[in-house]
Amino acid sequence: MSDPTPPIYETEALIGEDIDAYLELHQHKSMLRFITCGSVDDGKSTLIGRLLYDSKMIFEDQLASLEADSKKLGTQGQEIDFALLVDGLAAEREQGITIDVAYRFFATEKRKFIVADTPGHEQYTRNMVTGASTADLAVILIDARQGILTQTRRHSYLVHLLGIQHIVLAVNKMDLVDYDQARFDEIVGQYREFADGLGMKHFTAIPLSGLAGDNVTQNSDNMAWYQGSALLPHLESVELQQEAAQAASFAMPVQWVNRPNLDFRGFSGLIATGRVAPGDGVRVVPSGKNARVKSIVTMASDGSMQKLDEAVAGQSVTLTLDTEIDCSRGDIIATADNPPAVADRFEATLIWMDEEALLPGRSYEMKIGTQTVAASVQKPKYQVNVNTMEHLATKTLELNAIGVVEIATTQKISFAPYAENRALGSFVLIDKMSNATVAAGLLHFSLRRADNIHWQATDIDRDAHAQLKNQKPLLLWFTGLSGSGKSTIANELEKLLHTMNRHTFLLDGDNVRHGLNKDLGFTDADRVENIRRIGEVSKLMVDAGLIVLSAFISPFRAERDMVREMLPEGEFIEIFVDTPLEVVEERDVKGLYKKARAGELKNFTGIDSPYEPPLNPDIRVNTTQMSAQEAAQHIVTQLLGL
Amino acid sequence: MSELPPSRLTHLQRLEAESIHIMREIAAQAEKPVMLYSVGKDSAAMLHVAKKAFFPSPPPFPLLHVDTTWKFKAMYDLREKAAQDAGMELLVHKNPEAEAQGINPFDHGGLHTDMWKTEGLKQALDKYGFDAAFGGARRDEEKSRAKERVFSFRSADHRWDPKNQRPELWNLYNAKKAKGESLRVFPMSNWTELDIWQYIQLENIEIVPLYFAAPRPTVERDGMLLMVDDERFVLRDGETPEMRSIRFRTLGCYPLTGAVESEATNLSQVIQEMLLTTTSERQGRAIDHDASASMEKKKQEGYF
Repeated sequence: MSDPTPPIYETEALIGEDIDAYLELHQHKSMLRFITCGSVDDGKSTLIGRLLYDSKMIFEDQLASLEADSKKLGTQGQEIDFALLVDGLAAEREQGITIDVAYRFFATEKRKFIVADTPGHEQYTRNMVTGASTADLAVILIDARQGILTQTRRHSYLVHLLGIQHIVLAVNKMDLVDYDQARFDEIVGQYREFADGLGMKHFTAIPLSGLAGDNVTQNSDNMAWYQGSALLPHLESVELQQEAAQAASFAMPVQWVNRPNLDFRGFSGLIATGRVAPGDGVRVVPSGKNARVKSIVTMASDGSMQKLDEAVAGQSVTLTLDTEIDCSRGDIIATADNPPAVADRFEATLIWMDEEALLPGRSYEMKIGTQTVAASVQKPKYQVNVNTMEHLATKTLELNAIGVVEIATTQKISFAPYAENRALGSFVLIDKMSNATVAAGLLHFSLRRADNIHWQATDIDRDAHAQLKNQKPLLLWFTGLSGSGKSTIANELEKLLHTMNRHTFLLDGDNVRHGLNKDLGFTDADRVENIRRIGEVSKLMVDAGLIVLSAFISPFRAERDMVREMLPEGEFIEIFVDTPLEVVEERDVKGLYKKARAGELKNFTGIDSPYEPPLNPDIRVNTTQMSAQEAAQHIVTQLLGL
Repeated sequence: MSELPPSRLTHLQRLEAESIHIMREIAAQAEKPVMLYSVGKDSAAMLHVAKKAFFPSPPPFPLLHVDTTWKFKAMYDLREKAAQDAGMELLVHKNPEAEAQGINPFDHGGLHTDMWKTEGLKQALDKYGFDAAFGGARRDEEKSRAKERVFSFRSADHRWDPKNQRPELWNLYNAKKAKGESLRVFPMSNWTELDIWQYIQLENIEIVPLYFAAPRPTVERDGMLLMVDDERFVLRDGETPEMRSIRFRTLGCYPLTGAVESEATNLSQVIQEMLLTTTSERQGRAIDHDASASMEKKKQEGYF
């Protein structure tokens, strides 16, 4: 073991002698965000602790508590355990693992750094992706004794997927292999082969020891054979991504419309790419209206208005335009001659981040830039085995799975491929019920299918159909457990409506499964697709002017809401046939509950598959208190009152 | 910060742009946002960023001060003025139970913080129905903050679940929540103490004069240098207030906030002392000394 390398960043001299000169220097530093990947065993936390320690970012009181903790919890005997500096949450300290992303800060004479310290285990893939999403550079740690492991491949795949340009292969624990150059060369050779296969063009390999401090802040005598930079000088010198972002065409997603009074109308946002100056021609997408930039407004230190001559990617600004055009949150203001594309069907990579797996066909909320739209995911084309990069066939994506999917949005959105533009090509999916962020997505390209199939406008429209029938078309959606009485009540209701000269049609769950949906089973994913198809058919019939009665278990709220959204407001009526499980099981008209209880029927709603009752149904029917005829009459009365 | 944008943005310009972006996302998505304002230097910097984010409009939310009645006098003086300068409404909430029971830092120890701050904050948020509250906390302050999201989700009873945080990717912040749930939002997450000080200097932001050294009446107690700010300060046997040239690195309730002896009377000198010092800023606060994980525990219970 060598003596710990003394820090080379002796800034104290300047701080003590001329603080204003120091501040002037510090003020103009650039900022690099990087991520460290690797497991505890690779010495990741120790390396970060070492960087903080050597750049004097640890205060005496922290050091004192660190020394105390090291003796109590540490793995380094009487030595300081730097890993304890970074493993913050109590749960993590107990288990000795890094669960979540932790952000650390330090500065050198040249740069300020934000480190995202992320966990290495496969079950924390989502945490690693989170940390990588904002990083300019990734440090991938390898234990020199172990060489390239499965997790090295996984980490490399992920950071490459997220588009990080600068990759550092930190071959750690060189002290434990006697600083052997041959071992280092062997590892680098293996990694190069793997990187070529991934399509990773460049990486920088550095042999080091986080524990001993070799090649961390300065080149170590123990490895005189290594001619490259030590880690920290390398981090100080790599080119920043923002320079590339500024070279691209101008685009700014509008966050907020600034209207303090009638004389001022500004559009506020963070410039995603390019540069903008007053007089520049811009286009608002997706609407496609053109205008010129009148001014770039910000507040001067004294609170007065300041107008900028230019603004660049990475700045938050407020723009005013020379003409009054329609523009609001979700629109993008972009260079008039090269605006982002607009589409509603895409191929994308999804990284699934929720315990509840992807349900193809379900409607999720998609947030891309400042746009929020409803989107549904088709069956994945394939899932990537993150350890071997193999493509596997799959029907869904579970927690931490990465796959390529087709995605369709309910309205057109502006976008750019992620590979060209991180800001306009990245999105998240949000579950409409739990509000959880369930997936991160990277857009590849738009699918041309959507471009070629336009909605055919017909002369006899839906209003004309309805007028001729002299009725308001409706979709009456019956939901409830199997055997709750949906079909019976719907049948009674249809008879009643028929006598009232209403044009109706009854769609029944069992009947539809004989034809249109006979290829579908009873898994969650198939249930979603079942409802989606029925929703589409119902919608066409409502367009034809009919009163449609649909009787389906439709166990999930999300799918019933999806159908509701397919129709104009007020035309979807949710009728909850509220019969408790004990009662339907007691009745067991078709003998299905008995079979399900005996394990002969799988995925049976109410038994081993959930039913989510409506929280706020338009009409509720209690079959323990009324007969089918009474229920039908009750519904008619309710409908007349709606 | 006021010069024309160079093509290579400095770290402070990037931090400011990020904070502005976060604030606008909340203004556009939350139903009833509020900015927690503690009158300290972090609040001062955050308020200044907010003014910039929405200029020429005033920030579209009020300021909320959760008052413990034990802040330094000088803080109360600046509070009203700062709100007025920003053109924002100032709401002040004092926990009525704490007031009735006369909870104070001399007699009640940890209960003082629990009732005035933790409970007081929950009461205020519930009373006005705020669904998003900005706080000036930074990730470099303390270990559990280092892992907290920018948009930190709280259950209907204001609890934080550190093991179940929403993933936060790129700059896409998910502000969706069910009724009754709320968000704590930390736009200054990625700033460090030095960044805050330098920003205050470059943008000429007004801060409480207590951050600068001056002769003030003090007593030394339990290893801390306390300032005798008003007649409520209960002197122990043998204690006589003594004039010392002191300043504060952080400001809270005056009987709980330790001062440092200093001659730094301007910002450059304050920053100089900060950079040369060897203790971290939270050390002046009594709240953290209990246990290493004390802040994490407090936050789970609803402390900001």
